[in-house]
This record gives sequence, structure tokens and C-alpha cells, in this order.
Amino acid sequence: MKKVKYRPKRLNRSLAGDIWIGIFLFIFGAFMALPMIYAICTAFKPADELWVYPPRFFVENPTLSNFKDLFRILDDSVVPFSRYLANTLFVSIAGTLGHVVLSSMCAYALCKLKFKGKKFLFNLVVLSLMFNTAVTAIPNFLVMSKLGWIDTLWSLVVPAFGSSLGLYLMKQFMEVMVPDSVLEAARIDGASEFRIFFRVVMPMVRPAWLTLIIFSFQGLWNLANTSYIYREDLKPLNYALNQVLSGGVTRVGAAAAAAVLMMIVPIVLFVFTQSKIVETLSTSGMKD
Amino acid sequence: MKKKERRLGTKPGTILAFVAPYYIVFFTFTILPVIISICISFTNFNGMQKPDFVFMENYEWLFLEDNIFIKSIGNTFILALIIGPIGYLLCLMFAWFINELRPRARAIVTLIFYAPSITGSMYLVWRAIFSGDAYGYLNGFLMKLGVISSPIVWLRDEQYILPIVAVVGLWSSLGTSFLTFIAGFQGVDRTYYEAGALDGIKNRWQELWYITLPIMRPQMILSAVLSITSAFGVGTIVTQLAGFPSTNYAAHTVINHLQDYGSTRYELGIASAIATVLFVVMIVSNHVIRKLISKVGN
Repeated sequence: MKKVKYRPKRLNRSLAGDIWIGIFLFIFGAFMALPMIYAICTAFKPADELWVYPPRFFVENPTLSNFKDLFRILDDSVVPFSRYLANTLFVSIAGTLGHVVLSSMCAYALCKLKFKGKKFLFNLVVLSLMFNTAVTAIPNFLVMSKLGWIDTLWSLVVPAFGSSLGLYLMKQFMEVMVPDSVLEAARIDGASEFRIFFRVVMPMVRPAWLTLIIFSFQGLWNLANTSYIYREDLKPLNYALNQVLSGGVTRVGAAAAAAVLMMIVPIVLFVFTQSKIVETLSTSGMKD
Repeated sequence: MKKKERRLGTKPGTILAFVAPYYIVFFTFTILPVIISICISFTNFNGMQKPDFVFMENYEWLFLEDNIFIKSIGNTFILALIIGPIGYLLCLMFAWFINELRPRARAIVTLIFYAPSITGSMYLVWRAIFSGDAYGYLNGFLMKLGVISSPIVWLRDEQYILPIVAVVGLWSSLGTSFLTFIAGFQGVDRTYYEAGALDGIKNRWQELWYITLPIMRPQMILSAVLSITSAFGVGTIVTQLAGFPSTNYAAHTVINHLQDYGSTRYELGIASAIATVLFVVMIVSNHVIRKLISKVGN
């Protein structure tokens, strides 16, 4: 007898609908992807293709000369390229680490320990999701100068610790994924809260802290805002690359190369963690 | 007896050790600045000298005298209405369609739609597309088609700046709120759909409206909050595309206006008043939208 391969029947789905969805996703997907494809193509274009008229979209004879140009420009600058890279790496890694540890600990206390005022504290975080930090730029500068953090990398690292989306996502995830019974069992065994947190809770919420790492890293990596930093040798990589970008028409190729280099890191990180991020966000809902 | 009581709760010191580090940072860099901003908004302050209290003068100036502020409010609302609700619906629609794909295709298409929001320096590309000479891609394309005979200076022409900012804003708006929708769709248990089919659900639209959306209402609310918050924060896009200020303030937003008073003119009192107005607008619209979404599917 012929073996019939079982496939779950898809309910309420018409072929015409599937085709329309395919067409729709293709058109909009192309629109979303075009600027990035353009940047990649431009980054590999030799000089004569950059200035051909009428403008051509795709690259015909790919070359690495734009990347060489980029590194030459960056080498010629007063502050070496490696310094900008080191600044950005330090800010991204330190900021992300601090954010993950601090907000996970706090989220644990907010959802699993009993104390007065925790609802109020959490509501403050939810409230802060509702306004854009752009509105607090001026007072933030005043706070930084009071702390004496102007022209130090701490002005970029420490505020990242207190990002509200991270705490929110972590708390929602713990609420669903960490059963109280496990914690009770550990407490009866005599484990301290710190031990429980690091040995029991953190391994259970791995998707959530991966998500926090990615979100925090993405933000810090792309940071070009230097309103607290005036010393050239402390500025982040994105700032330096933006300088290349604003260097005028002769640098279009190098600028595209810079843009490609900047976008590779967050995209690669996302590719590897996508499923964990989606898992975390599935518990992220807000009650009405 | 005493010992037993203590076992019931966690020691205050332990709780403090867990909660305090985060909240010290959060208060210092998120809550405190809001309070400072509200306070400064009632003063005349240039950042160096002692601020003097002027009560509502800054607000009166903004709403009664400053025409550019009124224009910037208008621009911000137009952009927020386009990038907020339309961006939100696009997020929902794309996520819904992507959810119909097989897992591998789903991951790839999700990446394509999400990537623009995490690539920080794509303005270069948009500037090249909307470049004002014949080398600009849009000009080159339209001239080839014969729609226009001479290049249009897209990013300097009052007519076009605002729509272009809206398009680029939409392009980069599929961020966390989009991923939240993706997660929401994947989280719906298949058995609901089977039960729904038995109850007479006939097509995917009905399935979306009667089953999926009510189940993922919590995700919809978070997503809406994130969309609104970023929609009102449009400022950098304008500066990067159209310069600062844009031609005749055609795309000047409240954030741009705040930057103008804050970092160019050192009128921190007025800048803070702008920040406070925007703050109130964001909080109020968030509450309104949350109320609206709680009605979905009812």
C-alpha cells in the first residue's frame, strides 16, 4: 500500500489568498531591502561605476577599493580607527553587561519577592515606555555635568543600565517561565536568594537575557549621539563613520563601505538570536 | 517564634540589593530628568546663571507668539499620525502575512523587514535616492520614464520634504513592535483555530478578527505603546535628510524645535516647556490608544 504522507490541513486558507500574500510580501520586502542592497552594491563599485550616467543600481565589477579607501581615510585621521572601535566596543559591552545583570536582578525581585511598593516601581517603568527619551536631553546633560561625567565614557555606559524596555521584558518573561514551586523548593533546601537567582532563575530565562543583550547592544553599537562627549579620542565608531559620510561626493564609495560595516554586526547578531527574541516577546504583552 | 516569622518574607537588605542598583540608575537618568524638565519649564534659564521663576511665560510664548512652534506641532502630529497608526497597521499586517509562511521562510522575511530599524546609518542611501541632481536615483528613474524633464530638488523643496520624511520614517519603523507582533502570532495555540473552524469561521479575515487579535491583545498594546513613543520622537531623520532647519521649516518637528532652543539658543526654559508639552502629548495619546485597543474583537 502507498504510504500517505500526513500534512496538517490548513484551515480557512484559499490558494488565491496565499498568492496575494506572496505578491504583497515580495513588493514590500523589495522596498525594505532595496536601500540595504544599494548600500552593499555601492560599497563594492569601482570609481567609474559610481559616476556613470544614468545611475546604475547594481554593481558590475565588484572591487574592494572602497574598503581600502575607507581604512586609508580612517588611518589618516588624528585619532586612529582602532581607538573609535575600542570606544564603541567598550561602551556596547560594558553597557550591555550592566543592563542585563541589573535589570534581571531587579525583575526577579519585582515578580518573585514580596515587598511594599513593587507595583508602583513597575508602573513607573511602564510609564517610561510611553515617552521618548529625546524629551529629556537637556536635563540629562545637566545631570551628567553634575556627576562630572561629561567627556567620560560612563556617560554612555551607565544610563544604558537603566533601560526600561529590558526590565519590562525580563519581568514579563520571568512571570510566565519561572514557576514559584521551583523557587520554594530551592528555599527549603536553604539556598540564599542570590544563589537561587544565579543558579536557578537565570538559566531558566536564557531567551530573555539573550534578547536583552541584543536590544541593548544594537542601541549602543549604533550610538552616534555625542552630546556628552567632546574629546575626539573618546567618540564612538558611528560618529567617526558619519564624518566619512559627510565628507562629500568624493567619498560616496567609502561612506557606503562604512555603512555596510556598521550594519553587519547588529544583523548577524539578530540572525543568530531571532528565535530566542521571538520567544521572549511572546510573553511581553501589556494588560489593558 | 521570631525566627519563624522571618522565614516568611525575604530580608529587606536582600530585596534592596536586588532592586536598588537598577532603580538608582533608572531614577537618575529617566525619572529625575522629567522632573527637572518640568521645573525648568517654569523658569528663564540659560544653563549658566541662576534660573528665575517666570511661571507660564514660556508656555504663553510658545503657544501665542512662536509660529514655528505651532508649525512644528502640526508637522509632528502629521508624522506621528502617519508613522504611528499606519506603521502600526503595517507591522500587524506584515506580521500576519509572515506568519502564514513556512518556518524557514518566516525567519528570512522577518529579518528583511526588521533589518532597516537596526541599521543606524542608512541616511546615506536615502540621500542618494532623493539626491537633487540627475545622478539621484529617483530623478534618474523618473526622467527615464519621461515623468519629469528636469531633476527635482527633493530634499530642499517644501512640497516634498514632509512626505519623504514620512516614507523613511515608515521604512525604519518596523522595530521591536513588529517583532512583538511576530511573537504574538506565533504564540496563538492552533487548537483555537480548529475550534473556531467548527464554530463557523469561514476565512482568514474572520479568523484574524475573532480569534487571533483578541488573544494577542496584550501584545497589541505593548506594540502600540512602542509605536506611539517612537512616532512622536521623529527628529533625527529630518535633520539627516533635510538639514537643520529644513527649508522654511517644512518638516520641522517638535524635537527639532527643542534642539533649536536647547543647543543653539541656550533658552533652556523654553526648550523644557517644549519637552513638557511633548511629554504630556505622548502620555495622553498612549492612554487613549490603550483604551481603544482594549475594544478590539468585542
